[in-house]
Amino acid sequence: MSKNIILCGVGGQGTILASKLISSAAMNKGIPVKSAETIGMAQRGGSVFSHIRLGDDVDCPMIASGSADIIIGFEPGETVRMLPYLKKGGQVIVSSRPVMPVTAALAGSNYNGTEMLDYIRNKVEKLIVVDTEQACRELGSAKIVNLLLLGAAVNSGALGLTEEDIRQVILTRIPPKFHELNFKALQYVQ
Amino acid sequence: MGNEAIAMGAIAAGVNLVAGYPGTPSTEVLETVAKHRPQDTYVEWSINEKTAMEVGAGAAYTGARVMVTMKQVGLNVATDPLMSLEYIGVKGGMVVLVADDPGPISSQTEQDTRHFSRFSKLPCFDPSTVQEAYEMVQDAFEYSEKYRTPVFLRSTTRVSHGYASISVKDEAEYKHNKPEGFIKDTKRWVIFPKLSYQAHINIEARNVELSKVFSSYSKNLLLHEDSKVFPKKGIATGGFNYTYVSEALKALGDVKLLKVSTPHPFPEDLAVKFLKGLDEVICIEELDPVIERELIYIAGKYQLPVKIYGKLTLDVKNSGENSLDSVMANLTKFLGVQPPETAALTEEDKAQMPELPVRPPVLCAGCPHRASFYAVKQAMKGKKTLFAGDIGCYTMGNAMPLDMVDTCLCMGAGLGIAQGVDHIEPDTSCFAFVGDSTFFAAAIPGVINAVYNQANMTLVVLDNSTTAMTGHQPHPGTGQTMMGDVVNKVSIEAILKGIGLEFVETVNPLDYKKSVETVKAAAALPGVKAIIFKSPCIAIVKSDKCLSVNQDKCINCRKCIREIGCPALIIRDERVVIDYSLCTGCGLCSQICPVGAIGGEANE
Repeated sequence: MSKNIILCGVGGQGTILASKLISSAAMNKGIPVKSAETIGMAQRGGSVFSHIRLGDDVDCPMIASGSADIIIGFEPGETVRMLPYLKKGGQVIVSSRPVMPVTAALAGSNYNGTEMLDYIRNKVEKLIVVDTEQACRELGSAKIVNLLLLGAAVNSGALGLTEEDIRQVILTRIPPKFHELNFKALQYVQ
Repeated sequence: MGNEAIAMGAIAAGVNLVAGYPGTPSTEVLETVAKHRPQDTYVEWSINEKTAMEVGAGAAYTGARVMVTMKQVGLNVATDPLMSLEYIGVKGGMVVLVADDPGPISSQTEQDTRHFSRFSKLPCFDPSTVQEAYEMVQDAFEYSEKYRTPVFLRSTTRVSHGYASISVKDEAEYKHNKPEGFIKDTKRWVIFPKLSYQAHINIEARNVELSKVFSSYSKNLLLHEDSKVFPKKGIATGGFNYTYVSEALKALGDVKLLKVSTPHPFPEDLAVKFLKGLDEVICIEELDPVIERELIYIAGKYQLPVKIYGKLTLDVKNSGENSLDSVMANLTKFLGVQPPETAALTEEDKAQMPELPVRPPVLCAGCPHRASFYAVKQAMKGKKTLFAGDIGCYTMGNAMPLDMVDTCLCMGAGLGIAQGVDHIEPDTSCFAFVGDSTFFAAAIPGVINAVYNQANMTLVVLDNSTTAMTGHQPHPGTGQTMMGDVVNKVSIEAILKGIGLEFVETVNPLDYKKSVETVKAAAALPGVKAIIFKSPCIAIVKSDKCLSVNQDKCINCRKCIREIGCPALIIRDERVVIDYSLCTGCGLCSQICPVGAIGGEANE
């Protein structure tokens, strides 16, 4: 098995934790993992990404354009930015909630992500749009966007990992008081 | 993570002392040693790289195994002791871990430590993967001890911050090093011209020997020697770029390949073997054309009829980071083949892409630096000013709408720059902004210089009680060490008063009115004045407060957004609202709102 996975979003949205959960779940199954992510200055409100590559025949932790099996997008605009990495027939999971950059607020722009989502809908066949705003309201927490999207990715089948694989790493890597909430989020998109 | 692998490799090699100064992408090495250190391993965040290098030298004189960690620009600070240390040499193995930053992603320069190793004459190891980084740091200790020289382990961002599953040694296989202790010998440890002359002869001879030894070093590789498809072409690479090349060759087929893991001393014999029989070679590397220049030199020396392409011929871009895509493009052009087409988006699709949001890094919502900058900006409105910035999160005070960083050069430089401008333009009110960690690392001599040389300037210390930019390391002002000890805090205020400053005021920047008054008072006085804006980084003191905009009161003037540009202030349906997931309730916007429409817990 070999899988190229990209997570992308805005600094602070929880892409790094989601990427760690995927990597740990794969390692628990004995699948070699290589990955790379944005660390440092760009983390603060900037565009961030994680590349994860699963499988034996991998030398480089970075993914070439046109070769991602799945893109998990935490923000519509950031997902569009990463779309050139998607391979033909690849899967996209995207959160519908836009994050407005300070530059857009200053310019008085009304950026709301709609244009981005339209473009993704138009170009991507295998697409799951997750209404994370609605889901966060229902589950009563704003901090679970990563698990909602991860759950959708698992259930799409494109990740090559099962819900149980992810549950196992949640048990070992996340404090117990968040387990139930995380499990709910993981199952939210079926 | 690559940096964790380097740390675990050092522990496996029996490292006795690790000293460093935080800097992306090197920081996690020292942190990981601190976390997993055996009981007798000593770890410290030194106040700067020069001090770390000197602490390391002393320990290595005793026979201890030592690692010193820093980022590439940190090496500039440590250069003075290092250049001389190479002449003196070491007794215990000493690895100088320097992380380079192609891009640059989080640095001021794209300098190349491989060049530096040639300049300083130190041997240099350049790992390409996380696994290699783990093994090479152990190799580096062996070579260092055997040849009694400090050696570089040069990493780059994608190795240091890359993750991989790797195989490691069992603890039972770890080395344990018992330092012999410092043995007095002035002919050995005291640098004098006579000693330096002799040492120089020895170093040159040693590096000739090492070049031969490295030609058979197991991590310098000559691969695909009998390529059928491209018999006359070759690729030379090293470090992380080796992984780009090997990925590309999976699609393109085998090409004769030289992988250089010791850029200095260069494995000359191996390179000759590589170049022989080839017509054309392309060099794939980042930062400077180090491998390319070596191969051109060797081709000339041995009169080999081979054309060498790379950065010098502009066949490979000569600045910025390479990528799988850029390397694939370099190689397909060089080999005259077409890359496979696999992308979901066509060129036409890409052309239709909507305009993407621009996201420069900005100060976090609730960051106290925003309040400090805004207070100085308001207090000095309409006056001729210079705002000299420095290195840290607060460099992001340059972004609109704050626009409060006129200069930024290197750690601590703001102090000197403010004085230079003051001496030429006495009518300009000069400010230097410096963070607490940078103050200890690099700013104190600048303050003494200003007092001694009668400059007129205001020093603004942005004290958030941590080293925020690199991930919250402790420093002398925090009262904690990397060994976990609680120690006396070094007081910035006491240092400044000790230097002789008469005006030293500590203010909470989130108290907007008082902050503005303090700045005005300082600016009105002659001489050197200091304001310490003290408020903790929002990432270390988690807040559960959140403000909201009372839409009945809000007149939609958007002054809050226009003036302070906080990421938590957003526009939704043409109205200003506060993003509850970002707001920390710092209250700066509520003190600026002309109609008192912003409130919530912070006002209660």
